[in-house]
Amino acid sequence: MISRPTSEKECAQIVAAATEPFEIHGTSTKRALGRPQGHHAGLDLSGFSALKSYEPEELILDAGAGAKLSDIEQLLSGHHQYLAFEPPDYSTLLGSHHSGTLGGVLACNLSGPRRIKAGAARDHVLGLSAVSGRGEVFKAGARVVKNVTGYDVPKLMAGSYGTLAAFTSVIFKVLPRPEAEETLVVGGLDDEAAVRCMSVAMQSSADVSGAAHLPGHGTYLRLEGVVPSILYRREALVKLLGGTIEILNAADSQAQWKMIRDVLPFSGTAQRMVWKISVAPAHAPQILAKLKSQFEFRHYLDWAGGLIWLDCEAENSVAIRQAIGEGHATLLRGPEVIRTQINVFQPQPPALAALSARVKNSFDPKGWFNPGRMYKGV
Amino acid sequence: MLTMPKPDQAVLARRQAIAAALRAIVPGEGVIDTATQMRVYESDGLTAYRQMPMIVVLPQTTAQISAVLKYAFENGIKVVPRGAGTSLSGGALPLEDGILLGLAKFNRILDIDFENRCVVVQPGVTNLGITKAVEHLGFYYAPDPSSQIACTIGGNVAENSGGVHCLKYGLTANNVLGIEMVLITGEIIRLGGKHLDSEGYDLLGLMTGSEGLLGVVTEVTVRILQKPETARALMVGFPTSEDAGQCVADIISAGIIPGGMEMMDRPAIHAVEEFVHANYPLDVEALLIVELDGPQVEVDHLIQRVSDIAQKNRSTTSRVSGSEQERILFWSGRKAAFPAVGRISPDYLCMDGTIPRKKLPEVLAGMAALSEKYDLRVANVFHAGDGNLHPLILFDANIDGELHRAEQFGADILRLCVKVGGVLTGEHGVGVEKRDLMPEMFSPTDLDQQLRLKCAFDSQGLLNPGKVFPTLHSCAEMGRMHVTRGQISHPELPRF
Repeated sequence: MISRPTSEKECAQIVAAATEPFEIHGTSTKRALGRPQGHHAGLDLSGFSALKSYEPEELILDAGAGAKLSDIEQLLSGHHQYLAFEPPDYSTLLGSHHSGTLGGVLACNLSGPRRIKAGAARDHVLGLSAVSGRGEVFKAGARVVKNVTGYDVPKLMAGSYGTLAAFTSVIFKVLPRPEAEETLVVGGLDDEAAVRCMSVAMQSSADVSGAAHLPGHGTYLRLEGVVPSILYRREALVKLLGGTIEILNAADSQAQWKMIRDVLPFSGTAQRMVWKISVAPAHAPQILAKLKSQFEFRHYLDWAGGLIWLDCEAENSVAIRQAIGEGHATLLRGPEVIRTQINVFQPQPPALAALSARVKNSFDPKGWFNPGRMYKGV
Repeated sequence: MLTMPKPDQAVLARRQAIAAALRAIVPGEGVIDTATQMRVYESDGLTAYRQMPMIVVLPQTTAQISAVLKYAFENGIKVVPRGAGTSLSGGALPLEDGILLGLAKFNRILDIDFENRCVVVQPGVTNLGITKAVEHLGFYYAPDPSSQIACTIGGNVAENSGGVHCLKYGLTANNVLGIEMVLITGEIIRLGGKHLDSEGYDLLGLMTGSEGLLGVVTEVTVRILQKPETARALMVGFPTSEDAGQCVADIISAGIIPGGMEMMDRPAIHAVEEFVHANYPLDVEALLIVELDGPQVEVDHLIQRVSDIAQKNRSTTSRVSGSEQERILFWSGRKAAFPAVGRISPDYLCMDGTIPRKKLPEVLAGMAALSEKYDLRVANVFHAGDGNLHPLILFDANIDGELHRAEQFGADILRLCVKVGGVLTGEHGVGVEKRDLMPEMFSPTDLDQQLRLKCAFDSQGLLNPGKVFPTLHSCAEMGRMHVTRGQISHPELPRF
């Protein structure tokens, strides 16, 4: 059975009267993310789709958690603004129909290549209204860009995959969209040289807003801002990096970064595993070298090396997690049977796992919301 | 007056035994229990409140902190963590029956990693200390609270500190990559690291700004940035605060996010001009300082656009800094606002609300009315870009009743901030100062949910009790469904 409340009160009543767990979803575009849910009742939040307020000059967007991301992006674009964390669209990768909802982006704490400069969804969420597993409506944060009143519950909700609360509305900080962009492409580098190149660029004052390496294709450095500034920074980077550098104009640059953001290089082969691995950027080459001796895979790097996208035949979770040391690996795409068997998210040490379970319990003591979506028993 | 949790007489009676037990954990001079030596810890930056702690402990290792907290947990003793004690909201105010846990000896920089653009430090390192350690290669740590010369990074994490540049570069929460922390049980956990995003729940985000109520931070990894090549400031005066406010809105609407954007009202302008002689115009109602940073060509380009926007908004005076020296002169007044006000008044209270920027004229008018009502002067400095308002209420503590009146005035200002859609604190924290105003912003259900989170970390309520939340309830009580009660609207009821 699927309940589709359209008011907070109704949502709270449904949860308060619950006798079994719910699978929470918006437009169901990210159901293939995380551990499979089994057959639970559905709590459909797509009814909370209204825009509550958008005040461009206050940099504030307040909208229903079920609002479609694509609609919001279009609205912001009309005012030359955007969600600076560059929310990705994994629909091609995951085989869904569109980029999902605002609440979904927050629940999965998704971000794109601009993560290295602008942060993730967690860095831009300012507030929210939600229903807890107790069936109580609560709010946290506020509709201003600077606030330290009480715990930062909105950040805690980022990346909680619907296991803590059912969001009804979310408030995000929005920012002016850069007037122009271009991308420098450095050719002929291997992983190690590419990470070194990206590190040099990131250590400069060129204000790089995207740094990725596609083996065999090139190493990409994005510049955004006002035109005179981009020209100046381009020149500085070319001088700093040397070698042959090609420039992608705005349209090509946009297409390139969309491909990197949405993991399109690995979208075609639905049965293969796709891992999202977050590590210290400079460690990426040696981690990849270690893995190459163990199994075959394809890969590319984002976040100046700090994000390894890896595509392989078998799940390889043990080898991957042994190789990375400090950091975390998430199986972003994999067949349901595999996602049931292995830890989709990085396993936690006992003290941290126990704390996470207590945090879950503080919002959802009966375990009604997305049980086991992140970790078994949470 | 401030009500703190009732001291536990049984704990106080065991003071000597507790000191002995702590000495076994932290040998040498790490345990302080004489009144003379403890005196320096009786207050933090909110000096209106003072309280001697039961015992001060200054551990040197994470293992010692773990053992101290485990001991406190097993013996039901309260603990107040403290960095440099610069909190403006009383976050480090000691408790009579509590251990004051000072992190001052955690002052080492552990790892400078330019390749990964991050630094690993102990929590007692000062904010500015991080920048000092990396500036030889042109790097800096972006959040810059005014107290950065003294305040520690551990305190910054506890308070989620901001600064003048945070609209463009973010608060502490946006610049911390990882921490090591100790729970009240003594368990040591690590969140994040040199990589991006925490695995599992974002407990790192939750810890940042939790005001010492959830755990004790023992190591911090922060990201560092390359300093912008240049910076220039524009100083513009306006005949009304509405014009200045509209100018700020127009700058942002034009897609420009300045490195800093500060506003002062007439009383603040006059106070600082007398103090630092920065050549501020005295015939304006509002003064705006806008700083653009980045490559020279970008700064020159944007400063022209900002000048044009200011002119369209009826600016009466406008000056662009022609040299680094002049830029610093422009800022000297704003940076000296607090001491300047301290010079024209024996005492002042610094408030810290955030409002939607468009409500500025309404809030300023409301403040003027309150100023008359309480018969106290107020001067305003304002982080205009992000709506963070710092009204300075002038009073004389030696005049009977003035402190009380000033506090009431301050509380009314914060109520006004909440009423227009803002919040109680933008960067100073709730602490004890704004604790009793929390119900103005949050419903009992909202607060209960936050208290339950507290219970998930600290089941006995031993870490920094009496801060942030106006009412304390046992975690067992919080576990019940639908807790209802009369909350703070009945101030005559005992709070603890």
